[in-house]
Amino acid sequence: MGDMQIRPLTLNFGPQHPAAHGVLRLVLEMDGEVIERADPHIGLLHRGTEKLIENKTYLQALPYFDRLDYVSPMNQEHAWALAIEKALHIEVPERGQYIRVLYCEIGRVLNHLLNLTTFAIDVGAITPLLWGFEERETLMEFYERASGARLHAAYFRPGGVHQDLPDGLAEDILAWADRFPSFIDDLETLLTENRIFKQRTVDIGILDTEEALGLGMTGVVLRATGLPWDLRKSQPYDVYEKMDFDVPVGKTGDCYARYLVRIEEMRQSLRIIRQAIEQMPDGPVLAQNHKITPPRRAEMKTSMEALIQHFKLYTEGFHVPAGDSYTAVEAPKGEFGVYLVADGTNKPWRCRLRGPGYYFMAAVDYMSRGHMLADSVAIIGSLDIVFGEIDR
Amino acid sequence: MDTADSRQMEHSRTAAFLGVIEASLSDLVLAADIHNGEIVLRAELAKVADILLALRDTQTLECRQLTDITAVDWPERPARFDLVWQLLSVRYNQRVRLIAEVEEGEIVPSSVPVFASANWAEREVWDMFGIFFSGHPDLRRLLTDYGFEGHPLRKDFPLTGHVEVRYDDTQRRVVYQPVQLVQEYRDFDFLSPWEGMLGDGISGEAAEPVDEAGSKEGGSANG
Repeated sequence: MGDMQIRPLTLNFGPQHPAAHGVLRLVLEMDGEVIERADPHIGLLHRGTEKLIENKTYLQALPYFDRLDYVSPMNQEHAWALAIEKALHIEVPERGQYIRVLYCEIGRVLNHLLNLTTFAIDVGAITPLLWGFEERETLMEFYERASGARLHAAYFRPGGVHQDLPDGLAEDILAWADRFPSFIDDLETLLTENRIFKQRTVDIGILDTEEALGLGMTGVVLRATGLPWDLRKSQPYDVYEKMDFDVPVGKTGDCYARYLVRIEEMRQSLRIIRQAIEQMPDGPVLAQNHKITPPRRAEMKTSMEALIQHFKLYTEGFHVPAGDSYTAVEAPKGEFGVYLVADGTNKPWRCRLRGPGYYFMAAVDYMSRGHMLADSVAIIGSLDIVFGEIDR
Repeated sequence: MDTADSRQMEHSRTAAFLGVIEASLSDLVLAADIHNGEIVLRAELAKVADILLALRDTQTLECRQLTDITAVDWPERPARFDLVWQLLSVRYNQRVRLIAEVEEGEIVPSSVPVFASANWAEREVWDMFGIFFSGHPDLRRLLTDYGFEGHPLRKDFPLTGHVEVRYDDTQRRVVYQPVQLVQEYRDFDFLSPWEGMLGDGISGEAAEPVDEAGSKEGGSANG
């Protein structure tokens, strides 16, 4: 008996599985019901975004960023806009910065709503999903009223945002921000002290701060280990410096801590949304340098220069001086970075997209070893994985 | 005013951090400077492993997180690739970028033993650029299809790729075939000289007031 070799059972999970949050194929080596090794096979949604961006002008590349993490599109656009602004040394008008911060926080709520509710459905609670998606629909209407699109907004542009908020939108967002806390309370009554939810999440997939840093974890996953690291505070961009908000941290670094951090982040986002609307000054929303931003349509009817600038901007585009830069924003999931290498022409030479989910996915093997099969679902759910940004 | 002050402070902090790096790594790096407010180190490939270890373990640096590894393809250069490591020091709130030149076919020592996050980053660089890492625990392709050939992010790899897949009704399976384009890929050459659009003129223009730029533009258009 001693010489007998026992081969572990290989279990294929996905690529079409509701708990895989997209197209994840997970090859699990099992000892009974305990996971010995998890091998994620990703790339089923690979569209070659980085290669495509190399073949587009800087402005044409922007909509690709909506399609990375399609749950919070504007946060990705923000990184691209900031990267170009850094390379060109352009200043964004203050109102444009406030609108960006406002929509980034709406994007954060949008993302956390999707993650928390689908996480709940993964571990057995259906009601949060039904409630949460109604709220997401309201938020996507705010997206639509500002940009014309519910998902793929292409709203943040190098130099500001594409157009000003329509009349009445700010008041509607404020009204929503006033009633949304009661929704979070309702969500919490369903989950926070729920016995089944806690049994599925507490002490599952624990990471400590050292491990999380080594594995490249950022955002909520890192903060849930107890490290208050948030790029909005530590390396602020746009007007985040003027915003008064707290960075929630977890104590245990398990799936439950990540859930609690996300709940509190939604409340903090509401604080930022309120401040952004109340402090928002009047003025232009887009830099008035028409070599980089388009002139207004009305201006083009009378001014030949405006017409020429418009034509040149949308055919040739602008040139970015040669050099490289790394720009990171605190996307809802974690650090979303753009490493941009420009060669002085109108197209990027290389654009590396560093998505937070990519490193979360890489850590699934480490985190799920020794756990039961059902726990891998809880771990994947709590990591907040969207394949648009992992596969790129 | 506040933001200008804090920016100034940040610049001096970055410069101080660069000073610490230069003091502790001077014999390892080729060049260390601040570019666009970011610390950039250049080094020979052979020294990279030592530098990464030193950046992580020196108490005055503590770059505990490897944010990303990527490569840049420069086909005209003798050493074809730039391999780029992005590091983050959470303790001192600083980012460091380390760049080393790699020739085609050159083998790079893996940094997985130093940073666990290098695992997938290196797999992707192998997949996309064909740079081989020695000592990597599991260097397989990551993002491309099973059985894929070539390295897509190299500049000589066509945007459209070489093969396409479709479901074949008669064979009742998915088949691979060479790419057939109904219309040729349209790559317009927009690189015409336009006043203020070439070189680094744009960054100088941006600082100017709007009306001045407008009148200059108007003058050339009329004349």
